[in-house]
Amino acid sequence: MSHTLRRRAVAVALTAVAAGLFVTPANAWEPTRNVEFIVPAGTGGGADQMARMIQGIITKHNLMKQSVVVVNKAGGAGGEGFLDIKNSKGNPHKLVITLSNLFTTPLATGIPFSWKDLTPVAMLALDEFVLWVNADSPYKTVAELVTAMKAAPPGQFKMGGTGSKQEDQIITVALEKATGTKITYVPYKGGGEVAVQLVGKHVDMTVNNPIEAVAQWRAGKVRPLCVFDSKPLAGKEKIAGDLSWSTIPTCKSQGLDIEYLMLRGIFMPAGVPKDAVDYYVELFKKVRATPEWAQLMADGAFNQSFMTGPDYTKWVEAEEKRHRDLMKDAGFLATN
Amino acid sequence: MSNSPDDSSGPRQHLVEVGVAAVMALLGVITVIGSLQVGIGWGAEGPKSGFFPFWIGLIVIVTSLYNLVRAYTHGSRKLFASWGEIVQVLKVVLPLTIYVGAIPWLGIYIASALLIAGFMRWIGRYGWLLILAIAIGLPVVTYVTFEMWFLVPLPKGPLEDLLGL
Amino acid sequence: MEGIGDLMGGFAVVLSWQNLLYMVIGIVLGVIIGVLPGLGGANGVAILLPLTFSMSPTSAIILLSCIYWGALFGGAITSILFNIPGEPWSVATTFDGHPMAQNGRAGEALTAAFTSSFVGALFAVIVITLAAPLVASFALQFGPAEKFSVFFLAFCSFVGMGKEPPTKTIAAMMLGFALAAVGTDTVTGQLRLTFGSTELLSGFDFLIAVIGLFGIGEILLTMEEGLSFKGKASGINPTVVWQTWKELPRYWMTSLRSCLIGCWMGITPAGATPASFMSYGIAKRTSRKGDKFGTGEIEGVIAPETAAHAAGTSALLPMLSLGVPGSPTAAVLLGGLLIWGLQPGPLLFVEQKDFVWGLIASMYLGNIVGLVIVLTMVPFFAAILRVPFSIIAPIILVICAIGAYTVHNNTFDVVMMLVFGIAGYFLKKCNYPLAPLVLAIVLGDKAEEAFRQSLLISQGGLGIFFSNGLVSTIMGLGLIALFWPALSNLYGRLTPARPT
Repeated sequence: MSHTLRRRAVAVALTAVAAGLFVTPANAWEPTRNVEFIVPAGTGGGADQMARMIQGIITKHNLMKQSVVVVNKAGGAGGEGFLDIKNSKGNPHKLVITLSNLFTTPLATGIPFSWKDLTPVAMLALDEFVLWVNADSPYKTVAELVTAMKAAPPGQFKMGGTGSKQEDQIITVALEKATGTKITYVPYKGGGEVAVQLVGKHVDMTVNNPIEAVAQWRAGKVRPLCVFDSKPLAGKEKIAGDLSWSTIPTCKSQGLDIEYLMLRGIFMPAGVPKDAVDYYVELFKKVRATPEWAQLMADGAFNQSFMTGPDYTKWVEAEEKRHRDLMKDAGFLATN
Repeated sequence: MSNSPDDSSGPRQHLVEVGVAAVMALLGVITVIGSLQVGIGWGAEGPKSGFFPFWIGLIVIVTSLYNLVRAYTHGSRKLFASWGEIVQVLKVVLPLTIYVGAIPWLGIYIASALLIAGFMRWIGRYGWLLILAIAIGLPVVTYVTFEMWFLVPLPKGPLEDLLGL
Repeated sequence: MEGIGDLMGGFAVVLSWQNLLYMVIGIVLGVIIGVLPGLGGANGVAILLPLTFSMSPTSAIILLSCIYWGALFGGAITSILFNIPGEPWSVATTFDGHPMAQNGRAGEALTAAFTSSFVGALFAVIVITLAAPLVASFALQFGPAEKFSVFFLAFCSFVGMGKEPPTKTIAAMMLGFALAAVGTDTVTGQLRLTFGSTELLSGFDFLIAVIGLFGIGEILLTMEEGLSFKGKASGINPTVVWQTWKELPRYWMTSLRSCLIGCWMGITPAGATPASFMSYGIAKRTSRKGDKFGTGEIEGVIAPETAAHAAGTSALLPMLSLGVPGSPTAAVLLGGLLIWGLQPGPLLFVEQKDFVWGLIASMYLGNIVGLVIVLTMVPFFAAILRVPFSIIAPIILVICAIGAYTVHNNTFDVVMMLVFGIAGYFLKKCNYPLAPLVLAIVLGDKAEEAFRQSLLISQGGLGIFFSNGLVSTIMGLGLIALFWPALSNLYGRLTPARPT
């Protein structure tokens, strides 16, 4: 194994040297060295898993001559990773996968970067959010939960979520507004931990992404109440008893007019050649066509929107504005 | 170690301890200032961001000031280290400082080769053959281990750019 | 004993020549990862994960988990030889392991460390085999308050153990807490103590502090004393393993206690690092030779290594049965499970029996294979100390710099390593203890986070730390541990001296 590994590495090195020596006519851009794939979050989270999945798919299907190297830069709620991309202007061998902290981190912490410092490449998917309660709790529908929340003293209901002043807490604030209640938000480090805190009844509800809570759902430990999307999820495969992702009602149909989806998108540093962007767009199209990717999308009940070019830029622009409004309403903007 | 006249003189232990305590107290002050900037209160949701660092900073200041006074009044008047010993320590600190400063410009591989070669020549007085073997061998082994096997990118400089690595 | 039958099935799955080969490869790679600071087990597992997709999940998890064992073994090597912990959980191993090497007993220290690691892991695997479902439900009871109490207990059982002046101990420890606070405050998402610097966003990583304070600081001290490692005198002795083994059974009590501490800390999940510190602290207090700890006591190597390995192993249990990783490495393995289409969680043990019991069987075999491999290397490792200082010193400096860089892929961290190195030299010379400082950096922000999460849940009431039997008991134990020196002192004074 290590032998083949080494042989492979040597082969990679040789191609790299060859590429350096005999410059091929530059009609199509191709990476000439390892591509750094920055994850602005810690190991094991949703963005990290997706990045490593992509790395695995590219390696397994030989989609690129050079290797992809996943690098975690989680400091400052991901600010560290984005600053690195911002400071690598013109470097076509760097990619970053984003989560909502692309918008929330600069707003909440004042760390100086914005998506305008980056080149949008492609939207890979949108991650869904589902409202979960413990399976032992008496609340079977959103209405029952909201009634109980209204009857309880303010702050008695606790919401567990990932990080602070990020997507989970934004949804929590929206939930407070929609129901006129006060919820205590308890931040944890990762989505898996949040799901287990719900199973252990240390919090009353969560807004975990489907993939973070699906194992506990299948085991009958948690119950989904509604999904924060305009239409129900696609997955028809039975997961818990007769229930599937598609049987979860939308929150809007349950009287909670809240929609929130999280971007899983790819960006590059500013000032990179157009050919390079096109190369990566093609690469990610190939990644999306693999069976492994389809499996990940189904397991995590992702919203499989794909966008590139001006459409994507426009979408990102609108999304940033929406986040600014949401964060302002919630009082999450950095004061300095 | 050697019989140079330097061995009998040098900074005194108590003065160095006063200095260390002063630096620690300063770090405590910085902590307190930083905590005040983010708020040190105890809000409805428990302590604010600066609450714990504030008190921790205060404890650092108080204990360090005590250590400072104590060192000055009761501290050992013995030598902290002779000048000869301090020169020995500087023989590592200075090259290491240059090395650390050079990494962003030269990349870690060239800088490491220079550090090893310099150290072995200057301190160890080894022959050039052995020096070259180790000074070039180690960065190459590092490159293979980190960049090829484990795919961990390390800082690179102009030479690597030239080679297209 | 349904588990036993399942386990036998697991052995049948694992015992193919191919899987055994993966084990050997995994252990060797893991040892390399453990030896190189900064290239943590999490890195190694994460990086190799994509390469394993083409294997069957069982073979892949065997390879990856063996890397995990290898890294646990390997962390001890540089701690003992050069005072540089390759992994956070081997910091406590330096306290007595490195003095042993300086006294020319590097081979003994390494043998003790490897053997203890094996014992700890074996104990934890047996716990997993026999009590997996029970243990999983126990782990579910740990909310923020319970977690805080565990950190509190770990801290209390370690502090107040040095010979240094108490005000210096407190100052050093508090400085550690202050350093731990730098960066993003996880509870409010606010940046604190960064003073607008983008370099400080991610705070001071524990590994950088440790590489500087211990590794660089040690080299500076060695330079001051003249150019040689004291361990140079030790010869290559191929029988050192047997000689050490004859001595080890004497410390069965320390081993057993450390196993229990390790399993407890791994499952809760507080992790291997606090487990090793806690175990060291308790061993020091209870040992008859307690006051000699820190000068090269073999018991001071056994205690932290056993606990760290037991914790590292048992941390895999919450990962499999709950989907919550007990360590960063486990977090990456977890990602792997998802990619292979295996969903960790309560049903994994029911739906994927082959896989789970194959993994558990590979834990037994992987550890045995690992022990054999590392023990045969002991004389070789000990011989590294015979390399002249002026060759090995710059190499160590380079490895330290690489280690510091890889923590956050940031050259600023290398600068910090240098600063910590110089600080380590002065602190050591001025009789400040480094261990409490380091422990505070490790536990500081985690403990604060758990504390503040608890207060959010209780809406500001401190009563939550005594709100149920579990948390009250742990907090009570912590308080006893904290005041133990005072209590035993008092007890000693009240009881009249026994006639001898």
